[in-house]
Amino acid sequence: MTSMRDRFTAVTTAALDADERVAVVLADIGADRFAAAAARHPRRVVNVGIREQLLVSVAGGMALEGMRPVVHTYAPFLVERAFEQIKLDLVHQGAGGAVLVSVGASYDDADAGRTHHAPGDVALLGTLPGVTIQVPGHADEAEMLLRRALGATGTHYVRLSEELNTVAHDGALTIVRPGAEASPLVIVVGPGLDDALEATRNLAVRVAYVTTVRPFPRAELAATGTDDVVLIEPFLAGTSSAEISAALAARPHRLLALGIAEPELRRYGTAAEHRRAHGLDAAGIRRAILAHQESKRAM
Amino acid sequence: MTTDFEPMPGDAKHEPSAESTADVLAVLYERVLRVDPSDPASEQRDRFYLSKGHGPHAYYRELSRRGFIDPAVLETFGAFASPLGHHPDRVRLAGVEISSGSLGHGLPLAVGAALALRARDNRHSRVIVLVGDAELDEGSNQEAIALAGRLGLGRLTAVVIDNASSTHGWPGGIASRFALEGWTTATIDGRDRTAIEGAFADDLRDVPHVIVARVEAMS
Repeated sequence: MTSMRDRFTAVTTAALDADERVAVVLADIGADRFAAAAARHPRRVVNVGIREQLLVSVAGGMALEGMRPVVHTYAPFLVERAFEQIKLDLVHQGAGGAVLVSVGASYDDADAGRTHHAPGDVALLGTLPGVTIQVPGHADEAEMLLRRALGATGTHYVRLSEELNTVAHDGALTIVRPGAEASPLVIVVGPGLDDALEATRNLAVRVAYVTTVRPFPRAELAATGTDDVVLIEPFLAGTSSAEISAALAARPHRLLALGIAEPELRRYGTAAEHRRAHGLDAAGIRRAILAHQESKRAM
Repeated sequence: MTTDFEPMPGDAKHEPSAESTADVLAVLYERVLRVDPSDPASEQRDRFYLSKGHGPHAYYRELSRRGFIDPAVLETFGAFASPLGHHPDRVRLAGVEISSGSLGHGLPLAVGAALALRARDNRHSRVIVLVGDAELDEGSNQEAIALAGRLGLGRLTAVVIDNASSTHGWPGGIASRFALEGWTTATIDGRDRTAIEGAFADDLRDVPHVIVARVEAMS
């Protein structure tokens, strides 16, 4: 399958060719991918060197001037290292913002260790008003969400990952495995859908999928009629728990939030090993859901 | 120098900061900046970024003189509903190009704006950013100084108000830090309005320009 990052390169390069407002700002990471585009658009593909604060601020200055900058690097360097630049130079300025596109996700480069892992990126960006956060799980979703972000205003964060689902969806909250309305609703965010579907085989649950976590589709969730949610996110466990609570505030409800509970894992290896260690492989998800159902019966 | 801050309620901590910029701001708004309150978003305007957003009295006063702020509004300074905060907010006030307050953001933003102007071949407008000598302590400025020099952003001018307030100082002088990165430099008396105006002369350059405006040290 095409990687999200390859698709990002293609979509963004095409956008540079088609729209003079589009610029790409890089901090060495990814510069090789945009070498051809830079040769055609030397004034709209800017590599600032290994300077992440400047990376985001340059995009902020371009946004003040009406451009649509795309900013790309590893998630921890983009979101965590330059967080105040995102807060002030993109969001607080109240201009057009930027399209922030990260790679690395929570543990894509597992053997690179904690410095290259950003399980907290979505939680952190979630503190900023008006930032749209997209978590694609397939290259087709990444393309659709990038096109949407490029055509919009405001700051959009598109969190690319090397973990891919087999089937693409349209980004909105979608029931991918129907069931009785009274059954628990498993909500999968981005990558991890295949594991979740396997984990819940033969269980009396519905499975929904979503890529857009901010703004969270609160009304769509409420409309499912659920009062029993299992949330599976590929970043810090509970990142969207407050959104679920707000969506279901009018009815008593249960929530089991799965994700990364131990960000300081201090292990290398492979992404699959990390997924298992965090209990996000099919067996781990099934175990957690069965234990949760058992605890409900015991109450 | 002028110190007519009376219309705005006092802000003891920041008043020396506001006064340090008074002459540079007066020269900018009286003689240098091509800005028009009737068309504050004109493509052809000069962009002035007040990075050192502390002590904005002098800034608001110049904006008022230039017609961006009703003089009566100056009296509301700092009030809940006032557009005039202790740090400026561009969303609340036409003529304010950036919202500032946290140090080390204006110069990096100005690099981005200068790149945007270059991308659409606007060679008319200048981007002028005002920073403080202590503000240069913020490492983000060093990132911006290096890149602006290397990319030859000739429409960018930085003015550093040097009142020797940087805790650990700048051995060799502030201008030398910029010169090393390929900027042209001018070090002047920040109270000498003729010298200030001369330093802002719009020479056509292919490298950025820094003006170090020395004023009396903060006591």
